This record gives sequence, structure tokens and C-alpha cells, in this order.
Amino acid sequence: MRIGVVQFPGSNDERDAAWALQQLGADAELLWHGEADLRGVDAVVLPGGFSYGDYLRCGAIARFSPVMTKVVPFATDGGLVLGICNGFQVLCEAGLLPGALVRNAGLAFVCDAVDVVVEDVESSFLARAEIGDVLTIPIKHGEGRYVADPATLEQMEADGRIVVRYCMPDGSVTPEANPNGATGNIAGVRNEAGNVFGMMPHPEHAVDAEVGIGSADGAVILGSLIDALVGAEA
Amino acid sequence: MSERSGLELALSLALTKDEYERIVATLGREPNKTELAMYAAMWSEHCSYKSSKVYLKTLPTEGEHIVMGPGENAGVVDVGDGLVAVFKLESHNHPSAVEPVQGAATGVGGIVRDVLATGARPIALLDPLRFGEPDTWRNRRLLGGVVSGISQYGNSIGIPTIGGEVKFDPTYAGNPLVNVMCIGITTRERIQHATASGEGNVGLLLGAKTGRDGIGGVSVLASRPFDAEAEAKRPSVQVGDPFEEKILIEACLELIDRGLLVGLGDLGGAGLSCAVSETASRGNVGMEVDLDAVPLREADMEPFEILTSESQERMFAIVDPEHVDEAVEVCRRWGVPAVPVARVSRGSMLTIRHRGALVASVPARSLADEGPVYERPASRPDWIDVLRKGDPLALPAPDDLGEVLRKVLSSPNIASKEWVWSQYDYLVQHNTFAGPGGDAAVIRLEGTSRGIAVSTDGNGRYGQLDPRLGAMHAVAEAARNVACTGARPLAVTNCLNFGNPERADVMWQFAEAVAGMGEACRAFDTPVTGGNVSFYNETDGESIHPTPIVGMLGILEDASKRVDIAFKSEGDVVVMLGETFPELGGSEYAWTVHRHLGGTPPEVDLEREKALQELLAALADDMLIASAHDCSEGGLAVALAECAIEGGIGATIESVVERDEAHVWLFSESGARAVVTCAQKDLAKLRKRAGDLPITVLGTVGGDALAIEGVLSVPVDDLIQASEHIAAPRP
Repeated sequence: MRIGVVQFPGSNDERDAAWALQQLGADAELLWHGEADLRGVDAVVLPGGFSYGDYLRCGAIARFSPVMTKVVPFATDGGLVLGICNGFQVLCEAGLLPGALVRNAGLAFVCDAVDVVVEDVESSFLARAEIGDVLTIPIKHGEGRYVADPATLEQMEADGRIVVRYCMPDGSVTPEANPNGATGNIAGVRNEAGNVFGMMPHPEHAVDAEVGIGSADGAVILGSLIDALVGAEA
Repeated sequence: MSERSGLELALSLALTKDEYERIVATLGREPNKTELAMYAAMWSEHCSYKSSKVYLKTLPTEGEHIVMGPGENAGVVDVGDGLVAVFKLESHNHPSAVEPVQGAATGVGGIVRDVLATGARPIALLDPLRFGEPDTWRNRRLLGGVVSGISQYGNSIGIPTIGGEVKFDPTYAGNPLVNVMCIGITTRERIQHATASGEGNVGLLLGAKTGRDGIGGVSVLASRPFDAEAEAKRPSVQVGDPFEEKILIEACLELIDRGLLVGLGDLGGAGLSCAVSETASRGNVGMEVDLDAVPLREADMEPFEILTSESQERMFAIVDPEHVDEAVEVCRRWGVPAVPVARVSRGSMLTIRHRGALVASVPARSLADEGPVYERPASRPDWIDVLRKGDPLALPAPDDLGEVLRKVLSSPNIASKEWVWSQYDYLVQHNTFAGPGGDAAVIRLEGTSRGIAVSTDGNGRYGQLDPRLGAMHAVAEAARNVACTGARPLAVTNCLNFGNPERADVMWQFAEAVAGMGEACRAFDTPVTGGNVSFYNETDGESIHPTPIVGMLGILEDASKRVDIAFKSEGDVVVMLGETFPELGGSEYAWTVHRHLGGTPPEVDLEREKALQELLAALADDMLIASAHDCSEGGLAVALAECAIEGGIGATIESVVERDEAHVWLFSESGARAVVTCAQKDLAKLRKRAGDLPITVLGTVGGDALAIEGVLSVPVDDLIQASEHIAAPRP
């Protein structure tokens, strides 16, 4: 069972994601953006960072890189794809997830621990969680305010595709808990089939409570992904 | 060119008449325009250290852990297991004053390339910043711009910003200080030198195209008095491209991984002139440079422009001809242009060609190492005696010390800087044990049980009252901060921010500060591995307070035993290590409450400081303490408040002085002190460990207020509110 983490020029958290997955027992390797080859991996992670400098628009150039010509059909065929932060932005640009991530309402970059409440456990990414669980995971982004048109939002709500929302420590979803002005406090969404998940918070920076914000809640998400692959193999 | 026009040109490039004559003597002829521009850049104060050299060489630079000291791109210290830490602190003050966002951004980029040039992966950044008080639109714009520049650039290149300081004083209103420290990690075997060797080896220029930005940066901006016309110098500020830097970092690290490099240097101040002359001079070789090969942004650039451009995101690699193709291919894969522009030659001359013509022919050493050295006049100014006569102990004692504590806590210097560091990515690279907000940041050395602790410190007010003591305090406080995490201080980098060296009082301040720094570093056995001097920090003839900033690096053998500042458990005993003396000179209290700057700074007892550092490390190692916090700016009162704020729990403290002396006891900034907490059962062991160092039991942790019996009681929530009252300025 192998997980590929794509390395775009300007990716910053690709080694962190691979390290976190390895800590949780997975085989993780880097996939080079310039090669249209997924090397037979069982799942793909698009990591955080500033792919191609995030010039033009976050993720807008990365979606055209050679590796994405393989990631898109992999996802369409049901392969598991997780996009974190910049990776979420790339997934939206690539049309694998609806909506877009725009400049934070506060106009500044924010690096902080946030709480998110789990609202959907149907996908392969939150199987280790239960609805209503509150996870503490850091965010670090300048453009993480999720937006989508009203019809799309309504459909996603109806389908239960809004997976995590920014919340207070008690799980309540309030404007105060929203770090970037995201519509409906949305922190992460999935596709209809449940095999593509994008989120702004960084689970790979919350697998070892000894470092960073002192939380290991990110292991719930990355561990669920690993479980799904192990389950598929068994 | 005629002598008259040559001299005139030299003067316009900020060279002096003597320096021009020295160039003529070196060459045995008049320099041409291109050569003159190269000398002007390389002999600028910024590049040549001509006013500071005679003092800097008195600093201790050698020690057990030092692998590489001053003279290379950055200092290197052994941190065990074959790993070495590379670190350096540098200023980007004037560019940031003129254009805060780009000035700060390119400050980050420049120091990162210095560390990269040693072969290390940059793993952390810290930013000591100084501004005028944030009550004017201009100061808030500078502050917001600088923070935004650091945030944009540092975050984009994937290096965590884990610490630094932001302080305010009217002295910095016209001339803010933007210092940046970078730390890198590598192995001994991978260390690179900025040295060219091997006749026939190729000099590859890596990275961004060369443009007209930053021409004269070192001579026009960094090495001249700063005045009202400074805004017009904006074209001398470089513009940063963090994406270029990020791919340049990765490409260089891969070149080193593959063992393809003979030498590596960065292009910073004085651009290509500096890179080719320094690498050639260090290697005792000559170099032939072909300017036609340099990728340009504008085709019609003149030779002097190509040679002195400070376009960012460029490196200079010396490569064996056999490896050139592979090196170029590695760079191509990362999207980094790599072009052969030079060839190592026999002899010692730099010969530079442009469009078939020889445009410069100068000895490399004369540019890089044989610049002028000045022993400028230095004399103690009379004004300092007037200043030192103002005795802050004579100021009226305030009635409501709770109110005073709130006021000091909410002063811009003491208040929480969370709004600043929340804009920095302090998590990337997944090794941040302790990020911003504590005494020192702690980074895990991956694959080992160890961590490194880092802190930057410097107090300009102390420096103004007594530059020697000011520098000693900077070293002592940085060491204390590192020691409060349980780490052992190892080595120092510095950034010496001073006024105009052509003024005797400034030179005296500088000489005093370097002497004090040397004395403290010797006492602590923390050698100075390098750093940077920033002169001409003045506005309209008014110098800044002398502000030597110290970056201290320490090592924690077992990082799981690290200590932080937060009060932990109800019932823990609060203990003062060290002694408080009536010392309010230059204190935050005197300034905030009375707008008073006078008297003398606290005395420095180096022996006791050293004993305290050792005690803190021993207590952490024996796991006897639950928290430790350095007691410095704002004194005991602020230290206690910060421990309570971080822990979300109060404390009850017994006053040890008469009511009318309480304000002195609470706000004195005596050195060699720390506030620690321990379990009741460990108090006896702690006492024993402390030996001769005086300690005082202050009280116990608990409750929801900081209560100092008979003096003040402030709820922890109020302390938090006072500390967080500053809102982020909008850039």
C-alpha cells in the first residue's frame, strides 16, 4: 500500500505530509509534478505550499502540470485523492471539487490552531471519526476562504458533502470560530463519490503532539485514509 | 577618463578622495567606470566593514563547538551526531525604511541564501524588528508592511518563522530596524565553502535574471546617512520573488546532494562583483568573467550595472567542467536557469569582458580583502553624562500598582505580539517544539533526541545609557532566554545596528558595545561566529540608540525535557532565581509610566549570569521545574503576569519589601534572574541545586488572579486583555 505525495515547484509541505503518513505506518513517496506518471500508488495527496508561486491564482497553474493529467482520471475512476491547503485549491481549480478558495476576510495570512467539527463520515477520509467530533488541527494560509455559488452550496449541504467546519471548542459553528470568513464556516468538502476530499487545515501538521500545536487529531484523517487502503487490500 | 572626471565619479559613488587614490595606486592606473563601480560597491561600509573591522577582530571566535567562524557566509557550530547548525543574523534596515514590504522580504531572501551557501537546508527564521511607537500612521504603515513582507516571503519559501522580537521606541521612527536571522542544518561532510579553486573550473550563475534593481544598494542605501530624500532612493531597493528563491534552494540542495559543487556563494550586496571577487580571493585564483553570458532582464544593461545589480534569488556555483552538464540539468529540472559565466584562471586577476572588449581587470583580492580599514575617531560624548544623571528611583512612586501593571503589560514593547507571528508559518518542516511567544524557540533535530533553542535580544535604551552594558545585557538576556528552555548556550551571531560611524560619539558607542559583547561572550564561552554591522542608522543627523542584537543558539541534549514559561499546576511553588536590586534605569516601567530615559542600566554580573544558565539547564535536566521564565523587560511583575497568562492560572505572591518600595521591586530589570515553578516536594532539591546562587520563594501557583499581597491583585483575564490590546495595523 503506497501513497504518493505530489511535489510541485513551490510545494512546502510535501515532505511533512510524507513524514506524517510514514509516522502512521504508510509507505509514502514523492511524485514529481513534471512526470505524467503516478507510479502505481494507491492514493494521492496534493500537499500545501505555493505551487508555481501561486502566481496568477492559487493552484491555477498547478492544475495544468503533467502529473495532474493522471491525477484527474485517477480521481474520476474512484482513486482516493486528498488535497491539503494548496492541494485543496488545486483540486478546485482542476474541477475535482466545487467552489473556490479566495483571500481571507482579514486580508492577512493566518497560522493558528483551529477546531473543526466533523459533519460527514461517509467518505474514506473520516472513517475513524464520528459525527460531531471536534478535531484540533492548524491552518496556515492567506487564501482559504471557501466560496461557492448558492445552488452548489445547497446541493452540497443536501448531499452531506461538507465534511468539516470551523467551530468553537464545544463544536458549535459560530462566526467567531471562522478564521477566514469561509461561507458557512466550511473547512473541507468532498466530491459526490466520496473519494476526493479537500481541506484547508493541515492534518499532516497534527500527527505528533510533541511538535507544532500539540495535537495529534490530524491522525484521524490521515489514519482513515490509510485504513481505507489497507481495507481495500484485505 | 581624465583624473577630474574619475574622481568626480568616485565621489558620486560614495567613495572618498583617499579611496580613489588608493584604487589608482592598486591598479597603477586610473580605473575605468566599470572598475570604479565595482570598487564603490565592494569598498562600501556594508561590504568592507572598513569602520568596524578593527573592533570586530577583538571578539572571541573560537571554541570547542565552532566548526566555521567569521569570514565565511555564515557561522557553523557542531550540534552532535555529525550534524552542524549554520546561523547568521543580518540587517535590511534602510531598504525596509524606504519600501517596507520588499525591503523586509528581500532581507529574508538574502540571509536564507547566506545559509544555503554553506550547504545547509534553512530550517528556521527569526526577526528582531524595531520601529517608532505605533501611534503614527507612518510607523504603523512601516510595521504592517515589514510584517507583511516577512510573511509573504518566508511563508512562500517553506521555512518556519519561529521567533524574533518587535520593539518600539521613538528613536527608530525615521530608521526602523529589520534584522533577520536564519538557521540551517546540515552534516559536516556537506559543508560548502564560498571558494573558487581549480584552474578551468566553471562559474555557474544560478537563478533569476539580472536586472537594474538594487544597483547601488550597498553604497547608496546601506552606507550613507539616511535623510529626508531617502524616499527617492526607492529604485535602489530590490524586489523579491519567493518562488524563484524556493526553487533555487531546492536546486542548490540537490546539487550538493549529488556532490557536484567545488564551491558555492550567494549574490547579495554588490551582486556579481562580490560573488566573483570573494570566491576568487578566498581560493587564491583569478577568474575570467563573460558578461555577455549573464541572462539579463534588459538587453542594454551596461557592464557596471550587470556587475553591481542586486537582483535577488541568484547563486554562484563553482563546478568542475565534467559536472557542468549534470548541474545544469538538475537546475533545469527545478526550473532554475544555470549559465556558465566565469572560468577559474591562474593568477589573481579578475578579467571581465563585455561584447568582446575587456571592461575590467583588477586583482580579486583588492576588491574583496584589501579595502580600506579605518580607525575612526571615537570619543565619549558629554551628553551621556547628562542622561545618566536622571535617576529613575527619584520618580514619584505610583499609587495603584495594579493599574501600573496593566499599563506596562499593554505597552507596545511588552504586549502580546500574537497578531504579528500569527501571520508567519511557524509549523512547516514539522519540527517546531516551541514557536514564537516564549523565551526562546526550540526546534527538533530530526532523527536525534536533541533540540536547538534560539533567541534574539537587544535593548537600545540600555545601549543609549551605557553601550558597553547594553551589549553585555543583549548577550546575557539571549543566553538566559535559551537557558530558560533547559538548553545550554553554544554560540552567538550578531547584528550591530548603530548610527553614523563618521561621528566620534557613535564610534565610541560602537567600540564600547563590541568590548562589552566580547567580554560577555568570553565569560559565557559562547563565541561569535559572524554577523553583520549596520551603520548610518540615523535620520536628519539623529542617530538611533545603539542597538546591538544578539542571536544566541543553544543545545538541548534531551529535548523531551524542555521547559516553557507557563504556570502549570495549582500548588506549585514560585521561586525567584537570582536577586532583585533597585535598578530602574532604562526600564520599561520608567518609559511607559514616566516617559523617562535616564540613569544607568542594571549592572551585569557575568559570573552570576553563567551560574544561572548552568542552574537552569541542570534543573531542566533533573526535571525539577515545571516552568521557567526570564525576568528582564518589565521586571518581576511582567514575568509573573506572562507565566500566568500562558498557563491560564494565577498565583499568590508574598511581597518581600515595604509598600513604598514595591514598584521598584516589581519593575526593576536586574539581570541574572529567572522565575521558575516547581512541585512543593522538589523545593528542597531545587535549593540544594542552586548552591550559592541566591533564591527566594515568592509564593504559590493557583487561583484566577495574580495577587501580590498588600500590593495588587489583577484577574488573569484582565492580564490577558491588557496584553492583547494592540490591534494589527492594516498595511
